[in-house]
Amino acid sequence: MAKIIAGVGTSHTPAIGAAVDNGKAGEPYWVPLFKGYEPAKKWMAETKPDVVIMVYNDHVNAFDFKIIPTFGLGCAEEFKIADEGWGARPVPVVMGYPELASHMIQSLVLDEFDMTIVNEMQVDHGLTTPMTLLFGQPKAWPCRVIPLAVNVIQYPAPTGHRCYMLGKAIRKAVEGWHEDLKVVIFGTGGMSHQIQGPRAGLVNKEFDQSFLDGLSSDPERLVRISPLEYLRDAGAEAIELVMWLIMRGALGDNVKEVYRFYHVPASSTAVGTIILESRQ
Amino acid sequence: MGGFRAQLRIDGKDVGMTQRPEDYEDIPGTWVFDAQRARIGYRLNEFLYSLMKAENRKEFLADEGTYTLKFGMTDEQRDAVLHRDWNKLLELGGVSYALAKLAFTDGKSYQFMASQMTGMEEKDYVAMMLAGGRSPDGWRSKSERKGKD
Repeated sequence: MAKIIAGVGTSHTPAIGAAVDNGKAGEPYWVPLFKGYEPAKKWMAETKPDVVIMVYNDHVNAFDFKIIPTFGLGCAEEFKIADEGWGARPVPVVMGYPELASHMIQSLVLDEFDMTIVNEMQVDHGLTTPMTLLFGQPKAWPCRVIPLAVNVIQYPAPTGHRCYMLGKAIRKAVEGWHEDLKVVIFGTGGMSHQIQGPRAGLVNKEFDQSFLDGLSSDPERLVRISPLEYLRDAGAEAIELVMWLIMRGALGDNVKEVYRFYHVPASSTAVGTIILESRQ
Repeated sequence: MGGFRAQLRIDGKDVGMTQRPEDYEDIPGTWVFDAQRARIGYRLNEFLYSLMKAENRKEFLADEGTYTLKFGMTDEQRDAVLHRDWNKLLELGGVSYALAKLAFTDGKSYQFMASQMTGMEEKDYVAMMLAGGRSPDGWRSKSERKGKD
């Protein structure tokens, strides 16, 4: 059967992808960040997943405001890279896994999660930045990717608790698939940041460290964080962190933290990454 | 306007998931993009979304006044677009990621737009970020902020 063997939490700040694309990764501003991701990249190269489930959010690229799905699962053969306003990133097209994604849709809807089926969409930096950070710059991505786009743009985003429970249902769905596949799930976005209004630039290191600790040892504490707490204490855009709770929910109760890195800043964002292996 | 406090129960206990606009509207220097603001900003955001296409960016830059008439925005929204009044655009229902497309159309970065929203020079904003960012202390509520701006 297919199995979710590990989860990766990581920021998806667009400036990180742009730094790689424009050959700026070696500049002093960026060196500490990319150095911090080296062990994570090495772990990924050794782990060699067959499939990645990428929990991310679209930033008004695939979806405008005509339709706003809370949870949209990408079921297409492939996902092209969006032009977000400065040209599409020069990264490989993302190959999906429609057979497994369709199976997941059925399992999740019967488990009472009202998924939106997305048969055509372009993917933006929310998905491609984590791919670049963990897989580097290959000619083709080494695994298939099932995108799960979560609305965190229009308030309210789904609660952390809802996201955590969805993660558990995703684990069950994947385990119901007949092929032997190694699946790694990503939760992306965050960490603390605000990129709008006079309060832009907010960073809360204590909040972020506590969040990383909780992922590792006490996720039940994190699911109780209210939307107001994210917005007020960690910045208006820190609400993206609920997507990390989908990842955590999909790992089962017992996990082993194998890597963690935290860095400020990338543009306006506090950057964090964590790798958790499922021990179930 | 009432709003309500959602009662989410986890392990039999109520967990307060705030739903009251008066709670999040008390965060200083922030316009939360909630459903009411999204409703007001719908046409503004559709205009911004149109700037994803290169030909639209070109048409807009050639004649901003005429191009912006096509979307049914309010005069106040149009005026804020033409003046790049970023905070006003947030207040009138623009969402930051859509506003970024206007900044990109101008050949500016997201960081530039964010610094404009804070009233800082971009270099000072970058220096603040390199020094660890803006501390949340003093920025959690409007009463905490009073007299500091």
